[in-house]
Amino acid sequence: MIKGRVTKGVKFKNNIDLGDPVEMAVKYSDGGADELVFYDITASAERRPIDIGMVAAVARAIRIPFAVGGGISSIEDMERVILAGAEKVSVNSLAVRNPGIIGEGAKAFGAQCVVLGMDPVKSDNPSCASGYEITVRGFREFTGMDAVDWAKRAVDLGAGEIVINSVDADGTRGGFELPLTRMIAEAVGVPVVASGGAGKPSHLIDAFKVAHADAAIVAGMIHTGEWTIAQIKDELVAAGIPTRRVW
Amino acid sequence: MSDRVVLVDYKAGNLTSVKLAFEALGEEAVVTSDPARIRAAERVVFPGVGAAASAMANLKSLGLEDVLRDVVDAGKPFLGICLGMQVLFEHSEEDGGVDLLGILPGKVRRFPDVPGCKVPEIGWNQVNGDLASGVPDGSEFYFVHSYYAEKGPYTVGVTEYAGVEFTAAVRKGNVFATQFHPEKSGRLGLAVLRAFVGRD
Repeated sequence: MIKGRVTKGVKFKNNIDLGDPVEMAVKYSDGGADELVFYDITASAERRPIDIGMVAAVARAIRIPFAVGGGISSIEDMERVILAGAEKVSVNSLAVRNPGIIGEGAKAFGAQCVVLGMDPVKSDNPSCASGYEITVRGFREFTGMDAVDWAKRAVDLGAGEIVINSVDADGTRGGFELPLTRMIAEAVGVPVVASGGAGKPSHLIDAFKVAHADAAIVAGMIHTGEWTIAQIKDELVAAGIPTRRVW
Repeated sequence: MSDRVVLVDYKAGNLTSVKLAFEALGEEAVVTSDPARIRAAERVVFPGVGAAASAMANLKSLGLEDVLRDVVDAGKPFLGICLGMQVLFEHSEEDGGVDLLGILPGKVRRFPDVPGCKVPEIGWNQVNGDLASGVPDGSEFYFVHSYYAEKGPYTVGVTEYAGVEFTAAVRKGNVFATQFHPEKSGRLGLAVLRAFVGRD
């Protein structure tokens, strides 16, 4: 989301406007989404706080779990987002800058509230043994941190969930970053969420069956109306994946 | 004047979602830890997220233990949610063992370690039982918990996770409580709350 509108880009760039977030949130909540994830994607890069008014408006409009990220810069920001009605807060750039915030958040709100979001990119940096490097501020800075090591450390610090937003896959509709998702899913004991690259239902099936993700995020493929959540879920059911099909 | 619905605030998690869900039903749910206001309310909602020991300590320090027992004894419609359900039982294994309110018989235990079943259970799961009108047997609701209440004589909804069948919903007279979060469980969760406020 940028400037109060839902947007979608490719590899974190060239975002196009897709509509009003509250209207879209209601459409997906009523349409069978199991959780809504709301990222204020330019907040961190523009060094401005998250749009709390928008978080509150979405929370008021939907009745499904709601995770919020982008522009969280302190424990007070996390609290504001939670009091506005979010179940989970995703920290990303902030956690890289100040890993202690993960434990502080877990202590204050419970580990289930604290999501580590990461924006990894394929990298030949020798400090990144997995071949994936963490970037921050919306793919504007490289950190030299290995993605799998960071996931493990974040869970040790108290993160209750890891969302892997692959920069390489973002917006490509070519499928999730399966190797990295699987490496992290096998390395940590908390839910791992695949994000970036979903273009068709088989990509989600791969995320669950091949990469062992616990959940998968879709954006562009439903924002454009090309697929509905019900259609995606029908294919998951057909593939034998446990799926909430009545809502 | 008494409130139609109060949400008991005992510093155990965020009440915003519960309040917003009642608002969606046209109910102004008042968030309070004031014993007099809770005693006077028509309906009492007892939510909660977090650890059992700190929840019990908070109830004690706020002087709410007897208030909760009294409103239950008075026959008021009483709804426990998540930790608010667990605290109604007798004892929890959490934090090395905690005595709970004992309003319902039974124990709260930690999920066993089972490969492939992460603890806490976070997500949607099926509940078998008759919870409210318009809610089919086997509907899915949203859960976030590491501990579960054993099945008992008042269990009305059962869910399975980590190889354990546990109490997802319990009803004893005027007391109804759910392990899942009806406020986060879409239209079917709202139907459970609607039944509680008598707007069937």
